[in-house]
Amino acid sequence: MINISEVIETNEMISKENLDVRTITLGISLLDCVSDDLSRLNENIYNKITTLAKDLVATGDYIGKSYGVPIVNKRISVTPVSIIGASACRKPGDFVTIAQTLDRAAKEVGVNFIGGYSALVSKAMTTAESLLIDSIPEALASTEKVCSSVNLGSTKTGINMDAVVRMGKVIKQTAVLTKDRDSIGCAKLVVFCNAPDDNPFMAGAFHGVTEGDCVINVGVSGPGVVLHALESVKGADFGTLCETIKKTAFKITRVGQLVALEASSRLGIPFGIVDLSLAPTPAVGDSIADILKSIGLEQPGAPGTTAALALLNDQVKKGGVMASSYVGGLSGAFIPVSEDQGMIDAANAGALSIEKLEAMTCVCSVGLDMIAVPGDTPDSSISGIIADEMAIGMVNAKTTAVRLIPVIGKTVGDTAEFGGLLGYAPIMPVNRFSCEDMMKRGGRIPAPIHSFKN
Amino acid sequence: MNKTVITVVGKDTVGIIAKVCTYLSENKINILDISQTIVQGYFTMMMIADYSAADKDFVTLAEELKATGNDIGVEIRMQKSEIFDNMHRI
Repeated sequence: MINISEVIETNEMISKENLDVRTITLGISLLDCVSDDLSRLNENIYNKITTLAKDLVATGDYIGKSYGVPIVNKRISVTPVSIIGASACRKPGDFVTIAQTLDRAAKEVGVNFIGGYSALVSKAMTTAESLLIDSIPEALASTEKVCSSVNLGSTKTGINMDAVVRMGKVIKQTAVLTKDRDSIGCAKLVVFCNAPDDNPFMAGAFHGVTEGDCVINVGVSGPGVVLHALESVKGADFGTLCETIKKTAFKITRVGQLVALEASSRLGIPFGIVDLSLAPTPAVGDSIADILKSIGLEQPGAPGTTAALALLNDQVKKGGVMASSYVGGLSGAFIPVSEDQGMIDAANAGALSIEKLEAMTCVCSVGLDMIAVPGDTPDSSISGIIADEMAIGMVNAKTTAVRLIPVIGKTVGDTAEFGGLLGYAPIMPVNRFSCEDMMKRGGRIPAPIHSFKN
Repeated sequence: MNKTVITVVGKDTVGIIAKVCTYLSENKINILDISQTIVQGYFTMMMIADYSAADKDFVTLAEELKATGNDIGVEIRMQKSEIFDNMHRI
């Protein structure tokens, strides 16, 4: 039988160390909504989402209350809209109507984000995918809940550089259209290399075509719990450090697994995966940066940061896979700048640069995330940063992503305010040398060879 | 059997256990085990109980018990026991 100290430990994790289930994400296939009539398509999408997800929020809240653990977000991911809209959409504006339908459906069922305004163009793009990409700035500016993602490359296909160049411009246009709110549209837009089909986290969630009709995926969190556990092993060797992180990750993930199975049975929807991620929030103590400091760094960005992060990421996975039989999504430590108070402090202190963050993404999930850059950063430089990050993902056979926010009208020294879970971010400097001629070449970068690993 | 873990945390005063037990018996919740300790100066009591005979919905019970705790100045949580079993047992 459970003893009192175990009960106290769990409840302290929840009340003092911000243990929560970060998101229950309901994946919904929209393939059976397809129609060549745009208004019919929109109607089908709205009806399917509002029918399947009508109990999602209430069920999530009920489960949270019965176990006494907060379930912070309830979200929906849908089949990439570029596929769903292909037969009905003739111009970017047609796709925007689908974004608005998704937004309406999300508000109706009370979820805080809906993902899947997406295109998968890792090799090349169809006419519909091209139209969807063109529609992204308008779609994100005219909706609140819709998140968009574009997969630009993969280890098997290489990198679609035409799409990388297009996305540099799309990110900039999105920033311009939402400039009155510190270019917040870009916080809902992410580009990927090797995007997973079952990611429950935003902004990159979509319901992959390899998935079934609907699925429950759960993202766990708990940087504060790991941090607290590490405080008890200050100065101990790496073996002890790793053991502590692993045990903690196991406990956190078991809560996610429990919630996932309960949600699946209550909603009558199959359980997909648990995403083992350490996802920070702007709340003090809920920070990946603080864990890195607790490992022994003065600030994240100091020499040793990449090694510390590699260790953390690996132990989280080792502890987590033992706790859930089905692990998927992004699974690892997230290092968004604006959503992590410790990262914000490190950037303000000058300890953290985009280049160091790029190195850190080689060993963790997911990528350059929620980084505010000057509004006058050239489109080609944004594309260049994306290309670098895609190359890391392609060569290392891992998921990488970029979510940059060029904040129009602001520059280094200023701060961008996004609010809520998205937090705030100091504007970080971008290398001022140009990559324009490289971006003008066009075409794609071939897939890498996977022998002769050096 | 549907097990729940009830924890009561707060300043020790007369009648805490009586209040909680009265509520539980009125709602057909059977107490299986009680233990208590002092954590950082606070009285902490844990009960393991069976709520399978209860008529009310679990979350309603949890909320009513929480309100009972607020009346006497202690924090009462009622949670399904699976969260603890899953976290602390392989």
